[in-house]
Amino acid sequence: MLTLREVHAHYGKSHVLHGVSIDVGPGEVVGLLGRNGVGKSTTLKTIMGLVRASAGAVTFEGRDLVGLPTHRLPGLGIGYVPEDRRVFRLLTVLENLRTGLDRSVVTPARREELLEKVYRHFPVLRERRNQAGGTLSGGEQQMLAIARAMVLEPKIILLDEPTEGLMPRMVGQIREIIEILHKEGVAILLVEQNVPLTLAVSDRVYIMEKGVVRHEGTAAALRADDAVIHQYLGV
Amino acid sequence: MAGIPFEQFLVQTVNGLVSGMILALVASGLTLIFGIMDVVNFAHGDLLMLGAFVGSGVFMSSGNFWAALLAAVVVVAVLGALLQVTTLRPLLGRDPLTTILATFGISLVLQNYALWQWGPSARNITEPIGGQFRLLYLQYPVYRIAIALLSGAIIGGLWLFMKYGKYGIWIRATTQDRVMASAMGIPVPTVHAAVFAIGAGMAAASGVLFAPLVGVTQTIGLDFTLRAFVVVVVGGMGNLGGSILASIFVSLLEAYASLFVSPAQAVIVSFVVLVLTLLFRPTGLFVPTPK
Repeated sequence: MLTLREVHAHYGKSHVLHGVSIDVGPGEVVGLLGRNGVGKSTTLKTIMGLVRASAGAVTFEGRDLVGLPTHRLPGLGIGYVPEDRRVFRLLTVLENLRTGLDRSVVTPARREELLEKVYRHFPVLRERRNQAGGTLSGGEQQMLAIARAMVLEPKIILLDEPTEGLMPRMVGQIREIIEILHKEGVAILLVEQNVPLTLAVSDRVYIMEKGVVRHEGTAAALRADDAVIHQYLGV
Repeated sequence: MAGIPFEQFLVQTVNGLVSGMILALVASGLTLIFGIMDVVNFAHGDLLMLGAFVGSGVFMSSGNFWAALLAAVVVVAVLGALLQVTTLRPLLGRDPLTTILATFGISLVLQNYALWQWGPSARNITEPIGGQFRLLYLQYPVYRIAIALLSGAIIGGLWLFMKYGKYGIWIRATTQDRVMASAMGIPVPTVHAAVFAIGAGMAAASGVLFAPLVGVTQTIGLDFTLRAFVVVVVGGMGNLGGSILASIFVSLLEAYASLFVSPAQAVIVSFVVLVLTLLFRPTGLFVPTPK
């Protein structure tokens, strides 16, 4: 469904991605592991068109994404949850969700359903719906960022370090929501530092090093043999 | 306050509120554009001027003030969107200095176009609401109150649109985080052009509303541009509510100051406020203290 082939990307003069190839199938949860600064977040940004791929191909359901304006991607079925969450701090929780809900293709009835659904998964967002996004705790902001992507009804969500800096209880909630999305058939490309979580929720895992994919395998195989993890991630 | 009769003080309060509301109408367009694009639009006063000229043209041929107001808003809004797309969009994300220079260039072009097209002599638009009412010791034109109310209504409309409208939320989201807004499917380039159109339309509206008081010349916008910049800075760059409060605050101060000194000297007060704001509270007077 989502395919990256030999993707290169630059930040100014520094060459960050050196030919990354990744596949995500429909409904598949794919983990992307690697140390800090190996290009995991850049990979997601390149898919979103926030960083321009200087070479290689990015396609989604056969459609070329390179050069497509970022704002066209949600309409194709791609949701994005960036690493620093980036909730709209001065917008209320409901207004944050409305940025994804107020699409012309969403009927009023469907709109209510979608809102009900995210409120059911994240009751705290219902409680705080009229509170500014910036006043939420880190974990609540993460939930809002995920909920905001969910109301886009995406076929795939690019999830960038959703558990970074969260309390263990919150990490458990994020894990639950990934599993729920998985059950609903939403594909997820999950960038994480949290190895146990990634291995637990993913179907397959890519490990990146210095801007390229060094290892690819099923999560089950990696769980059974931690030598690879040890080699590339030192844990 | 010794020696200033209370009646004079009240009259100046009304004067300050009236000019504050017009200024607020000019400044809210300016601050809206700054907030979303980080563009200091030096051509804002010229869009006001152009609105006044378009308005006077329609008024002379139709005799209808409201038709003139509507036509000016629509024409200048479209022009604003075109200017944004052709001149500012390619500069987005570059050094702010380049956009400042670009808007300054637009300003010069528009001024000279007006001079060439309409000549140096002033044109008139007759006020749609005549008559005067007795305000204490003087006869006060009803139209001045009407301008303040109309400006208030337009600003109120903008506020409701920004607060509750789908596109208002798009604009606020884009103001806060352009990148995330586009990742949510908001067509950011279109939002930018639309905001420029709204700002330009509001400038045109203030030009037409203000024209009956002073006549239309190609310099009608100059004074406004300067004062609108003052209140946009004093109100906190890009902060709509702050700009509106600052407009009224600065206008009231000027009105009271002119009780003691000549009106030309009273203008100094706004610049003193500007300098003091920049020195002691550069984020703006009417915004919460940043954490």
